[in-house]
Amino acid sequence: MTSPFRVLFVDDEEELVSAVTERLELRGIEAAGCLSGRDALERLAAERFDFVVLDVKMPGLGGLDVIRLIHENYPGVKVVLLTGHSSVEDAEAGLRLGAVAYLQKPVDLDALLDVLRTAQD
Amino acid sequence: MRTAPPGGEDLSPQLSEAGARRLRRSVVLATATVALVPLFITSFLNHLQYRRAIRAEAVQPISRITLNTKRSLELFLAERRSALNFIVNDRSFEELCNRNALARAITNMNRSMAVGAFVDLGIVDSNGDQLCYSGPYQLEGRNYADQDWFREVARRGTYTSDVFLGFRNVPHFVIASRHDHPNGFYVLRATIDAEMLSEQLLTAGLESSDDVFLVNRQGILQSPSRRYGAVLTPIPLAVPPYAPGVEVTERQDDRGKTVFVGSAFIDNSPFVLMLIKPASQAMGRWLSLRNELIGFTALSAVLILAVILWGSGQFVNSMREASRRRAALMHHMEYSNKLASLGRLAAGVAHEINNPLAIINEKAGLARDLVSLEPDFPRRQKFLDLIDSILRSVDRCKTITHRLLGFARHMDVRNEPIDLGSLLREVLGFLEKEAEYRNLDLKLEVDPGLPTIVSDRGQLQQVFLNILNNAFAAVKDGGRIEIRAELSGPKRVRVAIADNGIGIPPEHLPRIFEPFFTTKEGVGTGLGLSITYGIVKKLGGDIEVASTVGVGTQFTVVLPVGQEVSQ
Repeated sequence: MTSPFRVLFVDDEEELVSAVTERLELRGIEAAGCLSGRDALERLAAERFDFVVLDVKMPGLGGLDVIRLIHENYPGVKVVLLTGHSSVEDAEAGLRLGAVAYLQKPVDLDALLDVLRTAQD
Repeated sequence: MRTAPPGGEDLSPQLSEAGARRLRRSVVLATATVALVPLFITSFLNHLQYRRAIRAEAVQPISRITLNTKRSLELFLAERRSALNFIVNDRSFEELCNRNALARAITNMNRSMAVGAFVDLGIVDSNGDQLCYSGPYQLEGRNYADQDWFREVARRGTYTSDVFLGFRNVPHFVIASRHDHPNGFYVLRATIDAEMLSEQLLTAGLESSDDVFLVNRQGILQSPSRRYGAVLTPIPLAVPPYAPGVEVTERQDDRGKTVFVGSAFIDNSPFVLMLIKPASQAMGRWLSLRNELIGFTALSAVLILAVILWGSGQFVNSMREASRRRAALMHHMEYSNKLASLGRLAAGVAHEINNPLAIINEKAGLARDLVSLEPDFPRRQKFLDLIDSILRSVDRCKTITHRLLGFARHMDVRNEPIDLGSLLREVLGFLEKEAEYRNLDLKLEVDPGLPTIVSDRGQLQQVFLNILNNAFAAVKDGGRIEIRAELSGPKRVRVAIADNGIGIPPEHLPRIFEPFFTTKEGVGTGLGLSITYGIVKKLGGDIEVASTVGVGTQFTVVLPVGQEVSQ
């Protein structure tokens, strides 16, 4: 089964990254995980991804900084934001920076897939 | 019917009852001193001035009558002395020693003088023997050498005696003059009835309570006195010291009453004229004026005190009200700060819990995926049920953290798209436990066509929380609270919150949105509904209340839809 899109899941919680990527893989979606914004940018430099699912609050390079860099360097990559803090400012800032959607943690995997599929169209 | 924002109530900075009493006492004391002391000083000075003026007015007629009487008496005595001199100069000693001649002289003098003159006349030689006598008594041959009057006239030349009884045993006085004679001297002696003196006392202008009489220097009455009795009775008053004119003094009489005493020494006689007038009569005008002055001062003092008491009451009440408001504001600020801290804490906790919750959610999800993909997984259904149970618990936790985050957002002020139904459910979520414990019937009815509105989420939550808190306070256990959200015109939504509680008395209804109005003295700050009102107005809405005591209360909040948001 060919993956409809490739997803890079970025969060500082390793357990979360491993679980989500594995669940996406089980659904036939190619997924990779990173534990920081910097790792994500390096991974993007090495591989092509259709989506980056990005935690807003991360140590080091924050989610909003990473979006900016992705859009500067990889304009074709769509970003979906995740946050544990339901802050409208974060959401609005992320959307202004070009994120396609904004989801609150803990996210429902099926809801995430819906967002990704919609954004792909 | 109003409740304060939840949290501790400490209005200690406000002016206490005892403090207010102390403040009022100080204000009353200070203002009363400033107002009443000058009043009393002015009244006292007026009192003194009026008294002095009226006293001068009262003394003046006493002085005048005394002086006139003194002159009249002096004239009376001078006339008699002149008459005696005339007799001596008109007749030789021998003629005078003729009894008939003396009798004629008496008759002529008594006829020529308007007032009766002499009782008798006598010629006394230098040994004191009466050589010749004409009068109604048998006094010829009497010797007067031991009599005071004789010694005095021998020494002085002319003498007017005190009133005395003498040989005749009738009150009389003597006018005598010494004249030279080759054998020494002889004395022409005339006696005058004491009653003649009384007739000389002027009584014009005197009241019935006044008393005018003559005394000698020893204080023995020389004329009858209304107060002190008949002639030759001693008076209980001291004879004033000699003064050439008329003196008026104020003193206590023997009965302890204040009297004015006019006195004058009659020249060339031992007589002292005294006029006694009771002060109560002389100062009658003063007494009525004094009563008016005292009445006026007392009335003024009472009026001033009443105004001071009223004014100080108003002042202290205003101070207490201001102090209460300040305390309430401080409390509100403290409460807001506490709420803000609580909000930040809640946000932190929610954020920290959300991350592990996300991991549990994903791990459980993965486990579910794995079990689902494995048809031969031992006890597959049991595992799937367990995982679903975990996921449901995660959902419950998610609801709690979202609620906490929602609460944290109360602190921020900003507009955002709001689903009123969700917001109301969220607010009710804070109260559902209490509703459960108290067995309250909570109903939320949301019009399905209700648009999303753009407003301030946190502030709206506070509005509905305040109103619901009031409703919860108003209803008894088992009571009913209904919330209905619906469209109200094209661009407005209405949320009605009705309870079947105790209701608000009609007299309180117009005031319940006033700041600091509370029916729970000492419990509420009276700010809850005024804040609610302020927020609703700030958000461009309206709030109304309708209530019937014993039936219930309905608050209706109408809000603008604001910027239309696509759903």
